[in-house]
Amino acid sequence: MDKKLGAVLRLANGTEFRGWSFGYDEACDGEVVFSTAMVGYPESLTDPSYSGQILCVTYPLIGNYGVPEEGLDERGISRNFESGRIWVRGLVISQYSEDYSHWDAVKSLGEWMKEQKIPGIYGVDTREITKYLRDKGSMLGMIVPDGKEKDFPVDDPNLENQIAKVSCTEIIRYGSGEKKVLLIDCGVKHNILRCFVERGVEVIRVPWDCDFTNMEYDGLFISNGPGNPEFCNRTVGHIRKAMKTGKPIFGICMGNQLLARAAGASTYKLKYGHRSHNQPVRMVGSNKCFVTSQNHGYAVDGSTLGADWEPWFINMNDGTNEGIRHKREPFFSVQFHPEASSGPTDTGFLFDEFISKL
Amino acid sequence: MRDPNIKKVLLLGSGALKIGQAGEFDYSGSQALKALREEGIETVLINPNIATVQTSEGVADRIYFLPVTPFFVEKVIEKEQPQGILLSFGGQTALNCGVELHKSGILEKYNVKVLGTPVETIMDTEDRDLFVKRLGEIDVKTISSEPAENMEEARKAAHELGYPLIVRAAYALGGLGSGFVENDAELKEVCSKAFSFSPQVLVEKSLKGWKEIEYEVVRDKYDNCVTVCNMENFDPLGIHTGESIVVAPSQTLTNRDYYFLRELSIKIVRHLGIVGECNVQFAYDPYAMDYRVIEVNARLSRSSALASKATGYPLALVAAKLGLGYGLFDLKNSVTKTTPAFFEPALDYIVCKIPRWDLSKFHGVSRKIGSSMKSVGEVMAVGRTFEEAIQKGLRMIGQGAHGFVGNKELQVADLDEALKDPTDKRIFVISKALSAGYSVDRIHELTKIDKWFLCRLEEIVSTYSRMKSFGKIEDVPAELLLLAKQEGFSDFQIQRAVYDDQGSSFDNVDRVREQRKSLGIVPVVKQIDTLAAEFPAKTNYLYLTYNGTYNDIAYENDGKSVIVLGSGAYRIGSSVEFDWCSVTCLQTLQKQGYRGVMVNYNPETVSTDYDECDRLYFDELTFERVLDIIEMEKPHGVVVSVGGQIPNNLALRLSRHGVQILGTKAEDIDRAEDRHKFSSIVDSLGIDQPEWSELTTVEEVDKFIEKVGYPVLVRPSYVLSGAAMNVCYDEDKLRHFLSLAAEVSREHPVVVSRFMTRCKEIEFDAVADGGEILAYAISEHIEYAGVHSGDATIQFPPQKLYVETVRRIKKIARLIASALRISGPFNIQFLAKENNIRVIECNLRASRSFPFVSKVLKINFIELATKVMLGLHPEAPVKSAFDLDYVGVKSSQFSFARLEEADPMLGVDMSSTGEVGCLGDSLDEALLKSVMAVGNNIPGKKILLSTGDPRQKADMLGACRLLSEKGYDLYATGGTYKYLVENGIPSTKVLWPSECENPNFKGKFRPALEMIRNKEVDMVINIPKNFTDTELSNGYRIRRAAIDYNITLFTDARLATAFIRAFCSISRDDLQIKPWDRY
Repeated sequence: MDKKLGAVLRLANGTEFRGWSFGYDEACDGEVVFSTAMVGYPESLTDPSYSGQILCVTYPLIGNYGVPEEGLDERGISRNFESGRIWVRGLVISQYSEDYSHWDAVKSLGEWMKEQKIPGIYGVDTREITKYLRDKGSMLGMIVPDGKEKDFPVDDPNLENQIAKVSCTEIIRYGSGEKKVLLIDCGVKHNILRCFVERGVEVIRVPWDCDFTNMEYDGLFISNGPGNPEFCNRTVGHIRKAMKTGKPIFGICMGNQLLARAAGASTYKLKYGHRSHNQPVRMVGSNKCFVTSQNHGYAVDGSTLGADWEPWFINMNDGTNEGIRHKREPFFSVQFHPEASSGPTDTGFLFDEFISKL
Repeated sequence: MRDPNIKKVLLLGSGALKIGQAGEFDYSGSQALKALREEGIETVLINPNIATVQTSEGVADRIYFLPVTPFFVEKVIEKEQPQGILLSFGGQTALNCGVELHKSGILEKYNVKVLGTPVETIMDTEDRDLFVKRLGEIDVKTISSEPAENMEEARKAAHELGYPLIVRAAYALGGLGSGFVENDAELKEVCSKAFSFSPQVLVEKSLKGWKEIEYEVVRDKYDNCVTVCNMENFDPLGIHTGESIVVAPSQTLTNRDYYFLRELSIKIVRHLGIVGECNVQFAYDPYAMDYRVIEVNARLSRSSALASKATGYPLALVAAKLGLGYGLFDLKNSVTKTTPAFFEPALDYIVCKIPRWDLSKFHGVSRKIGSSMKSVGEVMAVGRTFEEAIQKGLRMIGQGAHGFVGNKELQVADLDEALKDPTDKRIFVISKALSAGYSVDRIHELTKIDKWFLCRLEEIVSTYSRMKSFGKIEDVPAELLLLAKQEGFSDFQIQRAVYDDQGSSFDNVDRVREQRKSLGIVPVVKQIDTLAAEFPAKTNYLYLTYNGTYNDIAYENDGKSVIVLGSGAYRIGSSVEFDWCSVTCLQTLQKQGYRGVMVNYNPETVSTDYDECDRLYFDELTFERVLDIIEMEKPHGVVVSVGGQIPNNLALRLSRHGVQILGTKAEDIDRAEDRHKFSSIVDSLGIDQPEWSELTTVEEVDKFIEKVGYPVLVRPSYVLSGAAMNVCYDEDKLRHFLSLAAEVSREHPVVVSRFMTRCKEIEFDAVADGGEILAYAISEHIEYAGVHSGDATIQFPPQKLYVETVRRIKKIARLIASALRISGPFNIQFLAKENNIRVIECNLRASRSFPFVSKVLKINFIELATKVMLGLHPEAPVKSAFDLDYVGVKSSQFSFARLEEADPMLGVDMSSTGEVGCLGDSLDEALLKSVMAVGNNIPGKKILLSTGDPRQKADMLGACRLLSEKGYDLYATGGTYKYLVENGIPSTKVLWPSECENPNFKGKFRPALEMIRNKEVDMVINIPKNFTDTELSNGYRIRRAAIDYNITLFTDARLATAFIRAFCSISRDDLQIKPWDRY
């Protein structure tokens, strides 16, 4: 780190934060969001739900444990990541550690980002940026290393269908077992695949807009994914059709929003979203509380749920909807991430609950 | 919701501070009491530690200054009839006491419910076998050892456990015949050796070099769990977590590691059935996802106090509420006030805890650190890089370090050895090794410290050497200067790098400060808000950092804040008493309409509870940082007189930089602190002082001693090893001691004073306004002068002073107060022989005994002093100590049991780690309670005596006769035996260690050591006679054995006599069970 290249994080309203470039020394743009997670940068960077976004990690020491090996395991699932590549468009951190130490690591974060052509900026006040985004809301921004040219206007990723960018394009099967789960891939995290396969279930992963309604399966799963759920009306149509069969349906994150829309409820954009490992949720009508991992910018408007549906989980910090369920049918979904990775594993039992209904 | 039947709750405190159990329990107990009071529950507290905040007015409804033992607790239960009891807020002392009360059926008898974690769970975690079994039930791995009685069994166990392993010979002391083995061949070799020592070997998984990770878990009765914090030890397994540098959150764990261990913690806590707070410690394989659970603490602990301070999550408060039956969802996050307590804090900074050792205060103790705890305090540093946090922390421990680099050259004979075998200086050995060109890999190999930490440290060394290439501060590039500040360099370190100790360091520091300010390189203030800025928080919990560009707060700058400088790390000579002073000062400031702003960095304190003040800067008490804070706050003034010596030492320099010091002027503080200035003031007032002189050559020393005679008290300005001062009784001792001093020279003079024997020592604590005394307390040591005032037993009001002595003391104190124009708290120490009074020293600040005298007298000296410092000119209180019809006795707590091989002897240097203060209707009663509260017992039947030199023997004769009359069996070593026989007191002769092989004695008399080891005596009185080596070693072995076998030991004739008279005159059952407010 002898020669340091200056860089700037520029926000759409003109605010600038100066720091140093790392990773890939080129400019990038996207919606700037923050996450307060203290571990898990390899998982976050490869999470397709971050497609179109520049991620500001509030926790100031990043890179400490390097990056593990890439590649797929024998089941066709990424060995260490949440997808096959980095989806975040740029990374904003306070202190970057090029020196790393972990038995599992094969390279530094910077090297990996360079390979994947992802720019990063360090040496900026990430707490201030977080406060700024919290007050003004998530906004467009760019990382521009010194000597590179880039300025506004840039395309707003929220106006694009990000899901179409991250979803698979053909049907892929994973694992084997008596029961088959049909998985609508809106940008599925590989740990969801692991959660099913490790529980002895066969997964049929289909593209987000695939009409699966005539396919053979025991339960429908709607995955997480980036951006605005309103782009997925086609998927919503398929879900509505699937509901008529009465087969169990389970959704996570984007899956929660799409199921809600299929049930007739509406969704809206949160000011700055929930991106952290410490979101408390409470199961409605019980004393059961869970610490959850979250990464979403949109939410379900619980008040618009139809009479057949009820809120299942509520966010204890801000009261937003964290899950819905049908009053009679085995249809349910959560806004948080029971598959964790990164984050706490408290709600992994939801996979068991879903599978037990197949 | 909470249990409505609970209306009155008893909380057990932790008693005196000792190694392994310090101020953290004042903090947790205070929070628990606050939680109960919020619920309208009546609170009763038992804690003899009179210097704590929790034993102050208004914290608990009823306070008993009594020993936390089943005997006294039962009496209090009988009297108070509480419905509930809290056991987990008073450390191991309270926990053990609670378990005993449960086992003996006392809790059941009085129908007292244990709130929070059930006693059965506590017992599961305390008993090793039960613990292993309980965790085995849920397939959680613990550290277990497999016994083997032959080679075949050993091999079988080895293959089951997997290499590497450690083989230990069972029943062998000191690790004889143990060794690490990597394979079958090595196993065979080590086992064959081990079997020659012992019929059995223990085969254990070797966890050498594993990481040590802790999780703090909270669980409510609805089975909701959160982990509030995790922590990673910088030092790998093998070094007690209390001896380790610790960071939070963990730095080298991936997401998988972090949540794997978190899940395990929660699984364990649920299975055990904890309700409240709990700590789980793991050993974690640095090369795989493998772990062992080291232990579970089913109570608030040092780690939980650290976790509370590290995150802002009030663990003790929440744990107390959960004990009352609340769910986590019922409670609010006390920082945001809007979000619930059910959440896990997200940090956007790193904290670094560093232990503070005071090993040089003890004779004979090894400096190696390992599996037992020896440190006496700790600091917590907050930063946004590890470099920043650890450099801050190393300054905070207050042992002369300026950070990781730029310190006085450390003398290390063999770096490899020193890295492999850590001592209290380990971190500086690493610094030296890095500077000497050791690679990170090499240091990792020798220390097993994770390379990530070492790389960060290497970065500090490299930045330091880059700065060294510049000759003046103006030449250092702004970028490098900023980097240095971001890596936690102080202005002092920077000036040392740049100016290489040329010129005045003070001036250079000012130059660095000016230069960086002109470049806009200044720290910013950040909040600790539990949610990493995700939600707006109005928190007043702050730290400063250079890794940021914006301040989190807007300052009022209305001149209504007052900064109180705290006391820093607990150490021998400065602990919880100054925390009480600080908190009391803050409370008074607030009552008077000022904002109380605290600066302190000790995670074990109440003063660093952000609820106690308007703003808390969890930051350094260095001149640089305090000035930074003053520049931001622009306060009405700064209080330097309630936090002990650290803030006191800053007074003059701050004042010279234009800072308003409240109370006594900085120049007057200096006139008391400077030995020469003070001495001439005392002389000019016609007050006596022991003759002393500051000398620069050995010849001068000899000449001075010729004049005053032995014994003398010798204080070199720089000592290589051993005690910082010593009493020399003869020339041999003097020569030896001076040889330990690095040199005697103009730069390093030695102060020699006449040492007065058989004098009384008297403390004068007071508050003055404009040089006039408003309130004072005179207290009297039971021991003769020569026992450090921090180790002495103190009676207040004085019981044995002549009226004339008191009159003279008051007169002298008035003269001094006026001469130094004191406005605020102060303390003077006097020597009295008959009615001759000499002044030993004077401190223009609160002293260690302020809380004791304030609480006994029921006049709050700090409240009064604070009003004086605010210029309110309060009225003098009308009450005087001579109106009291009860007595307070303060006793010292020693931690010798923790300090292997240390000689438990008292001397001019302080060695106690804590104290208690108890009240009684008579001196005897107060003394008995007090002595028992520091862990001593009234002896059963048999007492072992060695009563010292002829005068001490004579001093103790009466007490010995009393014992004999009361039917005690006396055992005495040679001289004492002879003396007792001559005086007609029956006793049995026993042998000194050195006499045991003497054919005249062998077989005829019992060796004293044997009787101690067999616990055949109930009390040992061993008064060191003189200071010859044989005498010392004979006596040492007896004293040490008494400590090792946990037998009540006295080494001072006056205290032993007082104790004997007390227990011979009243019995334990006669002791009054009276709360503070009934005196």
